[in-house]
Amino acid sequence: MQSSSLPSTAGIGFKSQHFDDLAHPGAVSWLEIHAENYMVEGGPRLAMLDELRARFPISVHGVGLSIGGEGPLDPAHLGRLKRLIERVRPAQFSEHLAWSTHEGAYFSDLLPLPYTPDTLERVAAHVDEVQQRLGLCMLLENPSSYLVFEESTLSETEFLAEVARRTGCRLLLDINNVFISASNLGTSAQAYLADYPVDLVGEIHLAGYAEEDDGQGGPLLIDTHGAPVADPVWALYADVIARIGPRPTLIEWDNEVPDFPTLEAEAARAAQLMARRRAA
Amino acid sequence: MSGQGAFAGALLTPEAPRPAHLSDPSGTRATRRFDVYRNNVTVALTEALAAAFPVVQRLVGEAYFAAMAREFAQAHPPRSPVMATYGADLPDWIERFPPLAALPYMPEVARIEQARREASQAADAAPLDPRALAGLPPEALAAAHLHPHPAVRVLRSHHPALAIWGRNADRPDLAQSPPGEVLVTRPGLAVKICAAPTGTAKTLQALAQGASLGAALPAGADPSAIFACLFGAGAFAQPGDPET
Repeated sequence: MQSSSLPSTAGIGFKSQHFDDLAHPGAVSWLEIHAENYMVEGGPRLAMLDELRARFPISVHGVGLSIGGEGPLDPAHLGRLKRLIERVRPAQFSEHLAWSTHEGAYFSDLLPLPYTPDTLERVAAHVDEVQQRLGLCMLLENPSSYLVFEESTLSETEFLAEVARRTGCRLLLDINNVFISASNLGTSAQAYLADYPVDLVGEIHLAGYAEEDDGQGGPLLIDTHGAPVADPVWALYADVIARIGPRPTLIEWDNEVPDFPTLEAEAARAAQLMARRRAA
Repeated sequence: MSGQGAFAGALLTPEAPRPAHLSDPSGTRATRRFDVYRNNVTVALTEALAAAFPVVQRLVGEAYFAAMAREFAQAHPPRSPVMATYGADLPDWIERFPPLAALPYMPEVARIEQARREASQAADAAPLDPRALAGLPPEALAAAHLHPHPAVRVLRSHHPALAIWGRNADRPDLAQSPPGEVLVTRPGLAVKICAAPTGTAKTLQALAQGASLGAALPAGADPSAIFACLFGAGAFAQPGDPET
């Protein structure tokens, strides 16, 4: 199976409005795309992608496989994904520990699942199927959580570690999601990261969140990807990098997308933290 | 109902009960927290439709469009994770949407936007160079078989939909277009939209079904106007192009 060739440097989620800016990419040394946005027959989107892939390592990030779904994976969608991956030949492919499709209806959101032996078996079978069909070793990303499933019997870190052990997949550690979930569920992000199987991390995501009222006088953090990375998330990131060394690190900014210099500055901050670790 | 069935059923239906066995960290039933997902789904689907139908959104206003999109999404949630194609049936739905019945041009404007999106995403193919036909004698030209470009679409409007679209899409050159046929295609990377002479749609349809050029023209049509429009827009593909 093909393994990752994404560099342990900073990348950004590609937005078409930044195409011209990428002539001078600064600290941005690779790009991530959402697979589903490029599942078209032809035209300017694919032409842009063809140009970018000649200049940057590309990470393909899926949002629609519904790996955590109760139903079977959609063979048509897997087929579209395989065609895209054959075209782009990405350095890496990742997807989410979440579901988004039920009985054929797609909800365009990453929906949560309880962590039980049954859901573990299903997710591991789906990851196996994806890896077989695509002929690669995928990365699985931890979700952001807003609520607790009373039926869960496993912790998220146990769940992810066991899926990886059974399937050989690697992990995408979204540190913003770790922070959001810990805040929303009243747990400790540090404790989560202490339990997390960090040796399996093939990529890190950093993003910004929004703070709302939880209706009970406390904050409810929403994973908006619409703001700068927050200071406590940078602090957790610095801790992780100090522990495991540099890893491919993505700045995700999908809503209220800023101008390129603002995005590049976030990438530069991640790159500096990695450089400091290399020098230490 | 399965766990995900109950969850899914409550996402797009505000009247549906929120699923059981979900709580916040204090053990209280999660309601406000479940609504984060309801909101995410509604916003994601509405934004996808707004991105595809910006002129319809501009004509009805953002708040109206959001309410309409929510109603459409409840009845027609996406059947594929490829949001680039979501809402292909929105123009037909708008045509049957009673609150917009007084604006009969609205479904036609929506069809122009849908055709534009389809053209933008269609397979790439080199357009036929009209010089390839320049030297042919009239009888050989009439017997020629041409291949419509994979991006080409022709619509018929009974209202000045193209003019309305042009005024709202920064295309003042189209602002006086009369009702009638509209050609949408993409010979290169940029989509082209223009008014087309009557008979263009029938001609292209016949050509796509294998008719020769001579046989494809409907009775009473103006052949030179139709061919000037089609060749001018790059509406034919090179023969033998592997992607057509």
